[in-house]
Amino acid sequence: MSQELLDDKGRPVVVLTGFGLVTPLGRGRQDNWRELVNGTSGISKITRFSTEGLNTKIAGTVDTGDMAHLSGQARALALAIESAVEAIAQANIGTPGSFPGPLFLATPPATLEWTHRKALYTHASDDNAAGYERLLKAARSGKFNELYGLYQYGGVGDELADKLGTRGLPISLSTACASGASAIQLGVEAIRRGDTQVALCIGTDGSVTVEGLVRFSLLSALSTQNDLPEKASKPFSKNRDGFVMSEGSAAFVFETYENARARGAEILGVMRGCGERADNFHRTRSKPDGSANIGAIQNTLDDAGVGIDEIDYINAHGTSTPENDKMEYLSLKAVFGDRLTNIPISSNKSMIGHTLTAAGAIEAAFSFLTIQNNIVPPTINYDMPDPDIELDIVPNKSRAANVSMVLSDSFGFGGQNVCLVLAAEPA
Amino acid sequence: MADDDNEVWITGLGLVSSLGEGCEEHWQKLGSGGSIEPVIENEAFSPYPVHPLVELDFTKQISGRSDLRQMGKWQKLGTYTAGMALDDAGISGNEELLSKTNMIVAAGGGERDMGVDASLLETAGKPSGGEEARNEILMNDLRPTHFLSELSNLLAGNISIVHGVIGSSRTFMGEEMAGFSAVEVAARRIQGQQGELFLVGGAFNAEREDMLLQLDVGSTLLTDTYARLWQRQSAGGGMVLGSASAFLVLESKRHAMARGAKPYARLSAIVSGRSNRIDNQTAARQQFDALSNDISPGSLAYLSGACGIEAVTRHELALVADLNDSGYEVALRGFGSVLGQSVEAHFPAGLVLGALAASKGQFYDPFDTSGAEQITSNNAEQVIVTTWGAFSGEGMALVEKIS
Repeated sequence: MSQELLDDKGRPVVVLTGFGLVTPLGRGRQDNWRELVNGTSGISKITRFSTEGLNTKIAGTVDTGDMAHLSGQARALALAIESAVEAIAQANIGTPGSFPGPLFLATPPATLEWTHRKALYTHASDDNAAGYERLLKAARSGKFNELYGLYQYGGVGDELADKLGTRGLPISLSTACASGASAIQLGVEAIRRGDTQVALCIGTDGSVTVEGLVRFSLLSALSTQNDLPEKASKPFSKNRDGFVMSEGSAAFVFETYENARARGAEILGVMRGCGERADNFHRTRSKPDGSANIGAIQNTLDDAGVGIDEIDYINAHGTSTPENDKMEYLSLKAVFGDRLTNIPISSNKSMIGHTLTAAGAIEAAFSFLTIQNNIVPPTINYDMPDPDIELDIVPNKSRAANVSMVLSDSFGFGGQNVCLVLAAEPA
Repeated sequence: MADDDNEVWITGLGLVSSLGEGCEEHWQKLGSGGSIEPVIENEAFSPYPVHPLVELDFTKQISGRSDLRQMGKWQKLGTYTAGMALDDAGISGNEELLSKTNMIVAAGGGERDMGVDASLLETAGKPSGGEEARNEILMNDLRPTHFLSELSNLLAGNISIVHGVIGSSRTFMGEEMAGFSAVEVAARRIQGQQGELFLVGGAFNAEREDMLLQLDVGSTLLTDTYARLWQRQSAGGGMVLGSASAFLVLESKRHAMARGAKPYARLSAIVSGRSNRIDNQTAARQQFDALSNDISPGSLAYLSGACGIEAVTRHELALVADLNDSGYEVALRGFGSVLGQSVEAHFPAGLVLGALAASKGQFYDPFDTSGAEQITSNNAEQVIVTTWGAFSGEGMALVEKIS
């Protein structure tokens, strides 16, 4: 095998040949990129359910078509299909309904939703039983079997595997807000160790539901700036007050460089490296010394075989919570030192909000678009700088820059830290 | 198969179920010469029989009171059992090893607050019930940290916090096959030199009405009268859930030998697939054939993870009949008869039983009294462990005694 088909560790080089994207900013790569570089906010007042009495009434939602009326699980599935179809079409691989590789899917945990609970509860109106006893009696009627697949934790993955015809057992995973990056990492690992030549990696989330919103709200994780929704997500600003929930999906066709070249595919980018480090400090907070985040970044650079001087742009996790943005800055500072202030860094979440399970994937897709277009998207709503965070934040307006190597961060609840290094061809 | 040094060795086991805690207790009850009566709770969740968790002193593995307070029962159970496996492998407290331990946990979700659910349904669940009433109850009655005891990836998160496992942390979802994939991906990564030391497993709390609902909404559970696995077909089949947790430490032979870790067994092969569920007997036979080069003819120790649901269980029995026709003498043991269906923890539990038997070179007495499980020989130097998902997916592994 010729040298360029292998990386400096002797592993097959993993390239991107197709990707797809859905976010509150639009459907498809083109619409999303146009809005992102324009600095458009995808955050708005929630209309799909009543927010009466809730502290947070805003989110990023994909409401066009039927999306608003689906359950969270069904929406996660629909979003994933949409992004996957775009990715597979661009890669021009396989045949319809037969994708020649396995599926790695970041998808939200499943729980029976309110509308379905209510349907079960009101199934037998003369039933005097209460609570779960009554729900279980309705379940035993056998009339709700169609809910079963949807609410299995592997249900979205299974349905996708059927529709897209992926090979083998699909892997569904959750590493909280790092899930999308973990799905990419699992695909890259499978290709590198020779299990497959091709993999489909997807991150999807449709969790803007009342219960999802309330749960994050009760943890004081969400912005409550309801009056100006488009201004609520303000990563790295002094007045940041929490993240804004959002949803969407991104899908990627990755393959060996060898396979892509052999079939004459256009190579859109290279997955140079992935790295992770688990934090054992607290369920929702990082170690005060940042060692787990630092470890994840360092492991990623090591895996990619890349020095700090080679990173042209950092796609931040940048959630707009007081804790994350401070810790992310301190961790990056520890790794990059004085060079950090010379690297443009921006948070897509300032525009799309926090797409949770999908975030790592969506932000990887935006990172590849950044490389393709040599334009760094902005961090919008940067009106009140935080003096403790000294970064070139690309405030409010996008910027032309030569970008051939990107670090993308994902840090999540439960000590989940995963980073990616993405690059232009050639590897 | 992998190069010799990259063989996958099983060097630590943790198992908790309705039968007891720890490998030795399970061996005493299930091993040759034991005569096992499954532990069944018939009343508490009537009409659903369940295998209730043995009483545990969680503080033996989870010393922090605030840690215990913040975990749901499935998280406590999994964190407890993960600690047993780490202890068993000699990793606990060794920061150098813990910092390179990669964790893959199979998880569903934790306990919902069923009191809040009930009051929601009572107040806002009526046909006329409004969204405003629902919002008010959610905002006022949900305990803020409850979310964290429910989140799938927080079992792994708690294992990191309590036991200091920080190499990496991944959580797979997808019922039985999540447990299978956790082991399979860890094994492939060891073989592919993408990690040397792994903690894999899962935990399942069966004693929850919300979990019964999530599964029986598909009419998948056995109701009314308990029967062992192979005796449920006449009643239409169905799963009997069992609270259980199982964790294993997997590591490369090279790594285990360098640190002087004593292996239970070698995970020699592991294959998975996803058949169309019309012809999964054929798919499973292909899996077996992929393993069969490594399998000696004659008596075959076979731990089946069959779930009891009619069609999928019938298909696995057909595979067993097919193997018997091919000249094997299958010593079939359906571990669901004694542990119950433990969903994400199911395959890891079967694999623990398989590794334990292989290490002793002895197999289990029948777990079922119907005659479906024969004593062909007591030899268990090679053990097949299967798990076919109740919903989807099929997997098969081979564990072997290390001589």
